[in-house]
Amino acid sequence: MSILINKDTKVITQGITGKTGQFHTEKCQEYANGKHCFVAGVNPKKAGESIFSIPIFGSVKEAADTTGATVSVIYVPPAGAAAAIWEAVEADLDLAICITEGIPVRDMLELRNRMKAKEAAGGKKTLLLGPNCPGLITPDEIKIGIMPGHIHRKGRIGVVSRSGTLTYEAVAQLTEIGLGQSSAVGIGGDPINGLKHIDVMRMFNEDPDTDAVIMIGEIGGPDEAEAARWCKDHMKKPVVGFIAGVTAPAGKRMGHAGALISGGEDTADAKLAIMEACGFKVTRNPSEMGKLLKGLL
Amino acid sequence: MKIHEYQAKEILRKHGVVPPRGIPCFSVEDAVKAAGELGGTVWVVKAQIHAGGRGKGGGVKLARSADEVRTLAAQILGMQLVTHQTGPEGQKVRRLLIEEGADIKKEYYVAALTDRTTQKVAMMASSEGGMDIEEVAHNTPEKIIKVFVDPAAGLTDTQAKELAVGIGVPEGSIAQAVDTLKKLYTCYMETDASLAEINPLILEGNGNIKALDAKFNFDANALFRHPDIVEYRDLDEEDPAEIEASKFDLAYISLEGNIGCLVNGAGLAMATMDTIKLFGAEPANFLDVGGGATTEKVTEAFKIMLKNPAVKGILVNIFGGIMKCDTIANGVVTAAREVKLAVPLVVRMKGTNEDLGKKILAESGLPIISADTMADAAQKIVAAVA
Repeated sequence: MSILINKDTKVITQGITGKTGQFHTEKCQEYANGKHCFVAGVNPKKAGESIFSIPIFGSVKEAADTTGATVSVIYVPPAGAAAAIWEAVEADLDLAICITEGIPVRDMLELRNRMKAKEAAGGKKTLLLGPNCPGLITPDEIKIGIMPGHIHRKGRIGVVSRSGTLTYEAVAQLTEIGLGQSSAVGIGGDPINGLKHIDVMRMFNEDPDTDAVIMIGEIGGPDEAEAARWCKDHMKKPVVGFIAGVTAPAGKRMGHAGALISGGEDTADAKLAIMEACGFKVTRNPSEMGKLLKGLL
Repeated sequence: MKIHEYQAKEILRKHGVVPPRGIPCFSVEDAVKAAGELGGTVWVVKAQIHAGGRGKGGGVKLARSADEVRTLAAQILGMQLVTHQTGPEGQKVRRLLIEEGADIKKEYYVAALTDRTTQKVAMMASSEGGMDIEEVAHNTPEKIIKVFVDPAAGLTDTQAKELAVGIGVPEGSIAQAVDTLKKLYTCYMETDASLAEINPLILEGNGNIKALDAKFNFDANALFRHPDIVEYRDLDEEDPAEIEASKFDLAYISLEGNIGCLVNGAGLAMATMDTIKLFGAEPANFLDVGGGATTEKVTEAFKIMLKNPAVKGILVNIFGGIMKCDTIANGVVTAAREVKLAVPLVVRMKGTNEDLGKKILAESGLPIISADTMADAAQKIVAAVA
């Protein structure tokens, strides 16, 4: 088992014909069961053609209806990315994963409210992962996104993070000391996103094949604190926590659009303190995440 | 992206929100002329820099004659204005705003910003205008009222009225305050702002509502659809190193320490900075080379870091995913040769083609210190500069 995706997941790629989409689709196809998972691409101008033997459809709906795919990964450029996510939502997919970085915040704000309105009206709920994220992977089964597959190893540790390379860092540490991963999830660095730490922690908590979790956050926003407070009451598994940005100055956007200290509980120190108070094993040394987790098992 | 007060007021005016009449000026002569054009007997001479706290720092003064306008303009223009947001070195004042005086009966605070938790636009208002809102939030949080706006519905009359009544706007001026709030919301959405703040919003003796000060920040991701706002960019207000870095698509932020760092990924870059601090030193910068670093980008990154005279050593931390370690290694070697690197350099590489990358560094003949983990790298660079 794993969370969100497994070897039987059927995936549509939106933006499959662009440079980034092509590059990563090929890598995803090469990984584990990828050949069987990546079943459709979308580009209205190239419907009927194919790329890497993957058929291209004119719309997400058509791709889903024809192939039975339930998940979509989106590499569409920023100006059109929110519309691409909405297309996946309108097609009633289970999960849309948006890799695209640089989507205007207003577009995400409007999209998220439209998604919630659809759910409130009784429509199907489509989960969103990202945007501005590396995607997610269930080792030895399926990789959807841009992470390097070879650093992963199948196992029982969950990883969730806002940062791509910091997720890889945690995964590599785990793999090096012989601990595999159940799933590794990048939720993305944008201020308005889909799945948050708390949502992914819930899933890891319920997943019988996850024994412990590394939760990585960064400065800006209340998400890590919310997740930690939820975990205090509900999490049955040990958690190692790290927050990046102890040295980040207030008021500066640190690369990620959402990594900005704007007052209150959103500094690294504040979040580390809350996580510790909620029972996480926190560290200020990101090189020790794997080792610390091993000590908790 | 940040803009000046007078530019923010231009935007407000375009959206129907009334600020006092005013004219931006770049010289003392302009300032005196502006006062004449505005007429009246009282003017406000306001320093235009991007940082807040200008009044407390001595950058906002009242003038009661043309001579006084001249004296104050001469005093403020060119000064190093120090506020709690500028740092101790301050920011040089290059622009002024000359405004007509206002008859202030009461000061309020109103603002629009995006709320991450509710994923809606938060419209905030407070009866405590003219003060640092973070202090108000800290000391008397009950004096800040918020409503959350669904972008599909917009700010409703009921919500706007709740704010206006909540902060104590008198009955006769409620309609005007509601109108101002609704226009502020529209303006926030239409310009893709990340913050739109009027502090203070004032009630005048005659019952009119006016935007006495204004501050706008914009979402950098949306600037592509706002060429008019990009025009407002004032490079004098930005760090030259950050401007230079942005030309090469590098995310760079200057910091106070003496260890330069070059990392791929924003989260890993912050984690690297934190590790340097953990082992007793301070980072000189944040630098994310991004996912597609080329030799050229790495070389430029080295040049930018080394322009900072405080830098006594450099730490490169790369997690090769899409980006291969050998590509980065070649970039580092080329860059180190081109800039004739004279400070210690520690490189930590992990991930795709790690061994190949390490081999390139070892065979380069350059005195590059190799490290296995982030902690190892930080300890080695801290020791090297000590």
